[in-house]
Amino acid sequence: MPGNRLKATREGYVEGLLEAGRRDQRVVVLDADVSRSIGSIRFAEEFPDRAFNVGVSEQDMMAEAAGLALAGYVPFVGTYGVFVVGRAWDQLRTSVCYMGLDVKVGGAHAGVSVGPDGATHQALEDIALTRVLPGMKVLTPADSNQTRAAVMEALRLDGPVYVRFGRNPVPQIYPGDVELTAGKADVLEEGDDVALVACGVMVSEAMQARKMLFKKGIRAEVVNMTSVKPLDEEVLIDAARRTGRLVVAEDHQNHGGLYGAVSELICRSHPAAMASIAVGDSFGTSGSPRQVRSEYGLTAGAIAARAESLMEGKR
Amino acid sequence: MPETEDLIELARTVRRDVIEMVCSAGSGHPGGSLSVVEILVTLFFDRMRLDVERPHQEERDRFVLSKGHACPALYSVLARRGFFEPSELLTLRSLGSRLQGHPDMRKLPFLEASTGSLGHGLGISVGLARGLRLKGLDKRVYCLMGDGELQEGSIWESAMTAAHHRLGNLVAVVDRNRVQLDGRVETVMDVEPLRDKWLAFGWNVAEADGHDFDSLGEGFRRCESENSPGVLIAHTVKGKGVSFMEDTCLWHGACPDGDQRKAALREIGGAENAR
Repeated sequence: MPGNRLKATREGYVEGLLEAGRRDQRVVVLDADVSRSIGSIRFAEEFPDRAFNVGVSEQDMMAEAAGLALAGYVPFVGTYGVFVVGRAWDQLRTSVCYMGLDVKVGGAHAGVSVGPDGATHQALEDIALTRVLPGMKVLTPADSNQTRAAVMEALRLDGPVYVRFGRNPVPQIYPGDVELTAGKADVLEEGDDVALVACGVMVSEAMQARKMLFKKGIRAEVVNMTSVKPLDEEVLIDAARRTGRLVVAEDHQNHGGLYGAVSELICRSHPAAMASIAVGDSFGTSGSPRQVRSEYGLTAGAIAARAESLMEGKR
Repeated sequence: MPETEDLIELARTVRRDVIEMVCSAGSGHPGGSLSVVEILVTLFFDRMRLDVERPHQEERDRFVLSKGHACPALYSVLARRGFFEPSELLTLRSLGSRLQGHPDMRKLPFLEASTGSLGHGLGISVGLARGLRLKGLDKRVYCLMGDGELQEGSIWESAMTAAHHRLGNLVAVVDRNRVQLDGRVETVMDVEPLRDKWLAFGWNVAEADGHDFDSLGEGFRRCESENSPGVLIAHTVKGKGVSFMEDTCLWHGACPDGDQRKAALREIGGAENAR
């Protein structure tokens, strides 16, 4: 494991775009006036003919992406997750997913981890809004290397894909050449007492939580559930069967996101004790990313505490 | 180029189809379908470069029906142009039919896009126009919108983009029938001054009598240019051709009963076709 280096997951987005653009002439990139922020401006610098900045008009961007896909291109549409999914959701639903088009959506600024920008710019509902769409796949990488891999996986897949990434530095978990497959979870650590199922920036928190639990004699499994849709049912059911306890951690609302997805599966296939580490039906707030995550209980300590509660039989 | 007399007869056939289809389905949108008949006939039988034998060849003009609820007219025109058998028209809106209540290009592959949520079609067309230009294809994209649809803010986002990038291969048509579901456009939410709005957004603007083939042809010629997108404001009558449906919102989404169907077909005239 690369260790303690920190890098924002968003940096992997443009690395993936550049790789995809060099590999495939059909790749075009659409921006809505935040390409300097999310990094995709580097694609525009290398491929000026294949980069379209539509200005602050997300609905037009999404509809245009549909048109470009109809013309045979593979558009990557990126801006902050709240806007790319929220503002343009109807276009995403009816003009992208209904037609099953090859449009790839990059959602930046995931979760309260955005920090100082505050609630308006912290995407907390985007997993719920995308995973409910027929045919949509949802990838939530845990570090920048996985984000790059998620972009390449999105290019490989047919149809619409949502790739969710964050603004602020997080520990690197994966090497630079990591690959990612939709529908496959990654069991980072094995353990039979409790399973910590996490996505995005919460994966590194879950890894820390595992260490805390280990000191108390609790063996926690850590599952990076990058692919929220499709879910790796096999890995989840196996974890539920072996541990009987799942703590699901995500920087997202506790409704409709990863916890929702995992609950839907576990309820019908192998009921287990479950707990959610997520934002509890509220909006975010300003503060440093670390402070805000603490404020909302999105920390390794909170994950470990919930895991201990489950061990004691409390929900 | 087809004779105007032939186009007039085609329009009559399409109007009969619209009435028969909506009656067969028991629901649909006759008002806004009848107002776009001459526009569609002009495009599919005169202006657009299409090959019925090779409907998906890259070298073709594209048409996007942004006002998707007018699809009975589009289905009829596609069938009459030879893309599929007219007998299929009467399956409109029924379970298993390719002719969905709003256009579904995955079911009916001769459609360029699935539409029905208003305000999307122009953006899709801008993307298509950019894509064709990027590929070096000298082909046009035509997009037909309703006048009530212009109340969608997304239309104006796309209007700005098209002009900014000088998409001369994009032609929009506004079906200016002045009536929307809830009432008269000027009462519900006025879109005037329409010509000035499009001019201010940087488009070539032409106007035409949307039920006159010569006027439509001349209008298209005037609004198409190499350097900027064009919009044709086609002045039409909602429910055109059936007196009791004309210029009223009551037939936006209503189905004629048996007597009304007979009366409508009698007024439209022409030979029986769809049934």
